[in-house]
Amino acid sequence: MSDDLVNIEVNGRTLQARKGQMLIEVTDDADVYVPRFCYHRNLSVAANCRMCLVEVEKAPKPLPACATPVNDGMKVYTRSPKAIAAQRATMEFLLINHPLDCPICDQGGECELQDIAMGFGRGVSRFTERKRVVKDKDLGPLVSTDMTRCIHCTRCVRFTQEIAGYQELGTIGRGERTEIGTYIERSVDHELSGNIIDLCPVGALNNKPYRYSARAWEMTQHALVAGHDCVGSAIHAHVLRGRLKRVVPRDNDAINETWASDRDRYSYEGLYSEDRLLRPLVRDRGGWHEVEWEQALTHVAERLRDTLGNDGDHLGTLCSPSATLEESYLLARIARHLGSGNLDHRLRARDTRDQASDPPFTALGTRIDALESHGAILVVASNLRREVPIIAHRVRKAALGGTRVSFINPARYEYLFPLSQYLEADAGALASELAALLAAAVEVTCTAVPAHLAGAVDGVQVDDGHRALARELANAEHATVMLGLLAQRHPALADIRALAAGVATLCGASFGALSEGANSAGAALAGMLPHREAGGTPAARPGRGMYEMFASPRKAYLLYGFEPDADTSDPELATKALASADFNVAFTQYDTEILRESCHVLLPVSAFPETSGTFVNVEGRWQSQAGASRAPGETRPGWKVLRVLGNLLELPDCDYVASTDVRDALLAAIGGEPAPAPLQTDFAASRAPAHVNTDALDIPIYAVDALVRRADALQQTRIAIESASAAPTARAVND
Amino acid sequence: MSRATSFVKTYFLWELLQGMRVTLRNLFVRKVTLNYPEEKAPQSPRFRGLHALRRYPNGEERCIACKLCEAVCPALAITIESTTAADGTRRTSRYDIDLFKCIYCGFCEEACPVDAVVETRIHEYHMERRGENIMTKDKLLAVGDRYEPMIAADKAADAIYR
Repeated sequence: MSDDLVNIEVNGRTLQARKGQMLIEVTDDADVYVPRFCYHRNLSVAANCRMCLVEVEKAPKPLPACATPVNDGMKVYTRSPKAIAAQRATMEFLLINHPLDCPICDQGGECELQDIAMGFGRGVSRFTERKRVVKDKDLGPLVSTDMTRCIHCTRCVRFTQEIAGYQELGTIGRGERTEIGTYIERSVDHELSGNIIDLCPVGALNNKPYRYSARAWEMTQHALVAGHDCVGSAIHAHVLRGRLKRVVPRDNDAINETWASDRDRYSYEGLYSEDRLLRPLVRDRGGWHEVEWEQALTHVAERLRDTLGNDGDHLGTLCSPSATLEESYLLARIARHLGSGNLDHRLRARDTRDQASDPPFTALGTRIDALESHGAILVVASNLRREVPIIAHRVRKAALGGTRVSFINPARYEYLFPLSQYLEADAGALASELAALLAAAVEVTCTAVPAHLAGAVDGVQVDDGHRALARELANAEHATVMLGLLAQRHPALADIRALAAGVATLCGASFGALSEGANSAGAALAGMLPHREAGGTPAARPGRGMYEMFASPRKAYLLYGFEPDADTSDPELATKALASADFNVAFTQYDTEILRESCHVLLPVSAFPETSGTFVNVEGRWQSQAGASRAPGETRPGWKVLRVLGNLLELPDCDYVASTDVRDALLAAIGGEPAPAPLQTDFAASRAPAHVNTDALDIPIYAVDALVRRADALQQTRIAIESASAAPTARAVND
Repeated sequence: MSRATSFVKTYFLWELLQGMRVTLRNLFVRKVTLNYPEEKAPQSPRFRGLHALRRYPNGEERCIACKLCEAVCPALAITIESTTAADGTRRTSRYDIDLFKCIYCGFCEEACPVDAVVETRIHEYHMERRGENIMTKDKLLAVGDRYEPMIAADKAADAIYR
């Protein structure tokens, strides 16, 4: 490796660099600041802003640091008179057409152009001619534009091209008439498109819902974990006087690099939806009444005792897979304390036949940042870009880097990278497609069919597509097989899972799956499962899962953080069961019609940006956060509500003072953060066709949870409008 | 001081006479007392009294909710909430100045890029009820509307020094 290292001198300091590295990377690592607009470490080099000009000895003119590869013995001066003159001149040219509207610009105070003008520009402008004016473009409901401010760094253009995958923005015209636009009138629709706001060094592209509502310097910044998908993206919430004003990504190279999906960025609007539940509500013969917390919780404890009597089996407990670890753990403890084993967080699952072989939690089988080093990736039954945009981005990056990415999907979804194999099968025939792949894998690897899968493989039709895919998986350096959320919601999940795991084992690939919500892994570890207690130990007395507890209705239900009509796989069955129960309690953020009809007490609990808590992502990574914004009305953090309820129900060892105490208690109970375990199943799979409608499996990206469904801007995007027009049929489950 | 002089000064009320001399002299000097409120001392156009929000001659509010005054205020007396107005411009939905917190330093006026917030020469105001110390946007605009001729004249008088 030492051959690859060169020594250069920057401002008299000797620095080591890799051969071929760009100068600006070396100076950045050494904390030598070079001003820049167009350079971004995750985008390609354009060298069109000319702001990073530095003096290099023996070069006749200043060179752009972002596009100058290092050479051995190079002598660079970033603050020499020549470099300063070049930087000032560039700055003067950039400011010729830039409007002086910083006071009304949302970028004011966090603007790279402002900062660099202060640090590297001239004090006064010598330009007296007319400034250019550019018409604003309509880029849709998420991004506002003030194109006169644009300095043509083309970061946004390169982002849509390189990261998003299709070029939504481009430059039109030349010289002073250059404009950034969408070529033809249209919006930017990619699920990561909000990132162009952060990339824009000036105020040309800005956050539309946030527009004109706050200033960068007056908000406080809080680190959060995004609560809508299983990757647990790192985000920052910006809060002004207790109100969440906007979300920006937080750098985390292990998960989301510098990007945030639009869902994570704009979902906060749902926090301030009009149907937010503000006070505890109790229903009696006279209707609904607002009550104090103490009264409400005492009422819940009394009624639960009365309704259940001595038999805890009359209770059913359901928890959102996006609830924090602490909330799931406390809820599971309360339910088990009442003698009930009927708990579940798999609200959208339709098949739990093979639950005995579940690993302690559903994991990806690989690290998210390791996806790029795989030789082959097979994704089974996933609308990946819509389910987990960040993993889709990682997979795309892998594919562009040479990884062979294949899909077995029930429909043709658009992926913006070269695909190796795309096997399309009817949703009901996914199992037989996998069986064919397994047969092909047996052929390719010259091994025997695992005994438990023999029945499924028997007599299956294998074609060249299967063989090519099997060969690819078997021959790749590292391969992984990933089950998507369409599989997790599939009525033949057990078959699909066993067959896919069989393929992975035969081909020497790792096997994993995506999971619902932000914290499925955490809920499983907290014991929010009918057959598992905390840490994945088998339950002493297995209870009923969601389906069974609705199919044979219970007398009482505890519902935590979801809407039974939209977040369960069988809303009809759920509403029927809830209607027949004597006492239902909903811990909820929203006061909805359906909850009022089916429940007897509504308790306002905080949404994820408002509470402290822990999320376990699909890699098994534990990430804790402190709350960011103030919860409206009398809303209280879920773990506090559950703690008090636990005390009222005389739950032992329930004197937690902080949410970290709850987490530490769980950690002590299960002996530390468990590593992801591979799936070991001997489930005798069959490839019998299942009756299922693909639309019912595919939950639209902006309908995954209650918060997102109430985010106005997201609901106005083209993706949401298109899926909403298809939704009425999509919502009807198993046709 | 010798004992003798001290003795003489004590018995002849020397200090008292000295004081009376000042009184006598001032009896004949020109008077400087003002009969406030009938008479008032002259004020500089830069006097920093009650705040006002100004409008453009066409009636449009000047304030663009840039929040620079809020940021610069050393007493944290200003609270602003901004929003997009019906015509798409950046405007305040709330602009409060707490007169009890305000130290009348005039930084808000200095910071304002559009000369919207000004400190007028009005200094004779009072509050009768709790809460009246908060100058809301409506009150500030009303002050501005009423005293615009005075504010404009003061600004013009001061312009040559800027």
